[in-house]
Amino acid sequence: MKITIDEDKCVGAGQCVLAAAEVFDQRDEDGVVVLLDSAPPQELLADVEDAAARCPALAIEVEK
Amino acid sequence: MDHIVVVGASAAGLTAADTLRREGFTGTLTMVGDELRPPYDRPPLSKQVLAGEWEPHKATLRQESDVQRLRLQMVLGHRATEVDPAARAITLDGRERIGYDGLIVATGLRPRHLPFGHDLAGVHVLRTLDDTLTLRAELLGGPRVVVIGAGFLGSEIAATARGLGLDVTLVDVETTPLARQIGSDVGELVARTHRDHGVDVRMRRHVTGMTGQNGRVAAVVLDDGSRLAADVVVVAIGSVPATDWLTDSGIPLGDGVLCDPTCKAAPGVYAAGDVANWPHPLVGGRIRLEQRTNATLQAVTAAKNLLSDPDGALPYAPMPFGWTDQYDTKIQIHGWCPPDAHVEVVDGDVRSRTFVALYRTGGRVVGALGWNSPRALLRYRGHIAQHPGA
Repeated sequence: MKITIDEDKCVGAGQCVLAAAEVFDQRDEDGVVVLLDSAPPQELLADVEDAAARCPALAIEVEK
Repeated sequence: MDHIVVVGASAAGLTAADTLRREGFTGTLTMVGDELRPPYDRPPLSKQVLAGEWEPHKATLRQESDVQRLRLQMVLGHRATEVDPAARAITLDGRERIGYDGLIVATGLRPRHLPFGHDLAGVHVLRTLDDTLTLRAELLGGPRVVVIGAGFLGSEIAATARGLGLDVTLVDVETTPLARQIGSDVGELVARTHRDHGVDVRMRRHVTGMTGQNGRVAAVVLDDGSRLAADVVVVAIGSVPATDWLTDSGIPLGDGVLCDPTCKAAPGVYAAGDVANWPHPLVGGRIRLEQRTNATLQAVTAAKNLLSDPDGALPYAPMPFGWTDQYDTKIQIHGWCPPDAHVEVVDGDVRSRTFVALYRTGGRVVGALGWNSPRALLRYRGHIAQHPGA
């Protein structure tokens, strides 16, 4: 699994953190997503896909 | 189920289509939209697109290759004008009938208009990308701008116009901007932020008329007799659910499409996004949410429930989340922030303009608001009671 982020699109909603806190965090100052693990283990795939689906800016892309 | 029709080609409609495919629906999938543009996102319209920071295509929700992967029959530039739930068919443009086995209604909102002024050039509403581009073209001429309505949309438009260096006045009948959305305690800070940036903020004022010259707006008249000279006026006084096409369908309507807890409005008919009104099990009453995150989450549930057998349908009970960006201020809200709630700052402080506030009604936390505190705010989400009673 490979994750890419469009930081420019991120609106700092934090929905990805709610879905997969092991993989996503937020910058303190503006809430922009911080990728903790760009190639997380496969067992997190469902959570990561949920994070991508919940992102209101569609800023997360997941390659299986 | 062989054919599912999604009416509405924006965030909710597209998410519904996406979810149907991800859940394994292999039949024909048709999406109807009354605009000619492929689905695009709305939150950037009043901000990045209006400011000119984003090219319009950047607001497009999915690349064409992704849409092709969804095997979606896009019927753009056509309006659904009727639905016959008994015969399971919709009518396009009053002529062509399309049968369906399942229908998802995601037609969103239409901007509310004032009873006067809209016949004058220079008077705008903002809902679509084309509305935004038309308004942006006018803002480039350096006009004096009056924004009527200081909710989320009006406040954002005022901030964006001011950011372009324009002379901006923001008018509302409420005590502060966003008073209905977040109460006047924090709303007062929003007013101060606009004033600090040089916006003329006129609260507790009704607009009683507009005057024009040669067919173009010249001034906005307020109930205290003041006349605000204006070259461009933006009316942002709320929206109404786009349900006119459902009037004679027998589908229950009120403030939107009246669904059951699973987003179902009639056999085989589900609704999602701004247009959907449903009983929220945690609220104990019906709600309708005009929030971008709701468009996504509700569309996922509606699509899954449409495919499931009725006994397997899941109730939709989200914790609401919304945000607004104005100048360098990011306000985010989890839950509910009713105007009559008791507001307490629990993290950071108001003076530094970085804080989290909790909203309590009846002693229970019903909402959490973060002002430039996205990361800290998330920690307080769990404080929100499971029965907000809003």
